[in-house]
Amino acid sequence: MTTPYIQLKLFAALSPLSPENSDRVPIEPGISVREMLDRLDIPTVKAHLIFINGIKRTLETRLSGGERVGIFPPVAGG
Amino acid sequence: MKNTLAQRLDTLALNTELADGTPCRAIAATEVIRLADESGVTGRTVELAALRQRILPDRYLRNMKTLCEADQIRLLESTVCIVGLGGLGGTVTETLARMGIGRFCLVDGDVFEAHNLNRQLLSGVDRIGMPKVDAAVSHVKTINPGLEVVAASAFLTPENAGTLLGSCDLVVDCLDTIQARFTLEAAAKRAGIPMVSAAVAGIAGHVTTIFPEDSGLEAIYGPKDQLKTTKGAETRLGCLSPGVNLIASLECAEVLKVLLQNNNTLKNKLLVVDLADYTVETLQLS
Repeated sequence: MTTPYIQLKLFAALSPLSPENSDRVPIEPGISVREMLDRLDIPTVKAHLIFINGIKRTLETRLSGGERVGIFPPVAGG
Repeated sequence: MKNTLAQRLDTLALNTELADGTPCRAIAATEVIRLADESGVTGRTVELAALRQRILPDRYLRNMKTLCEADQIRLLESTVCIVGLGGLGGTVTETLARMGIGRFCLVDGDVFEAHNLNRQLLSGVDRIGMPKVDAAVSHVKTINPGLEVVAASAFLTPENAGTLLGSCDLVVDCLDTIQARFTLEAAAKRAGIPMVSAAVAGIAGHVTTIFPEDSGLEAIYGPKDQLKTTKGAETRLGCLSPGVNLIASLECAEVLKVLLQNNNTLKNKLLVVDLADYTVETLQLS
């Protein structure tokens, strides 16, 4: 059985925390977004907006592999 | 007998053509100013009268044919409130004045500081300490003295919001704290008008349009009463001119679409942009 992967895009101030393999991050099927971020040492407190395949989701949403996951920190400047 | 405005427009209109060779009649920007003075009306009124006679104010020739004359009339008849006249607001004011929005309500209680110079279009070394709203009014009048402007050198509060937004068709959120954005959203919902909202950090940002019935900012920032911060990633990343100007331009595209009743807006969607890797994506908020 092949390992499932996700594509992870971290925006703005989170960008420097992107793993080198962000286009192909291996995951355990059924893992939540929160658990995945914890394992990558990405602070969930700054994971403000979570999008999976272009739709707003939450830290508790579970991943099965093949998803595009986007994480946006709070942004308020102008 | 004194000629009417309609007769004067007809006399002064010149035969010209659009960039694609389509023949049209046009009135010069300088003649609009002269006719407004002669007639004791605003240039906006003269431009509207001209457009209704199928005479194009020449300043709008290059808006054709993406816009039609009816669109240009609708923009001139519109009143847009811009709250925050810094990075986003300066570019939004400039762009909407050039597009031909007829009436503005400009709101900001701040003055220019040196650290605004990296991005804020209305700022300048000779304007340090000047109220931003004064610079914005002056800039609009430089672009088109015929546009009608109401200005408030004040920060938006729940108390003054009703008066400021009361006669507006739409408000553009160009603020720089999350808390202030929620205050503006509540006021826009009370006034029953749409709000185009954007935020920037570094060279990334997002844009959306919130109608009174939408969940709005809570879908982006979470519940207002659970806000842990009023600032965001911009405290660490700053706000850079390419990001600010791009996001401001996206706000202006939304303003045009909403005013011209184009259904393809960012209602319940969030357009996110990150120039670090040129990511542009439209996300579904609900």
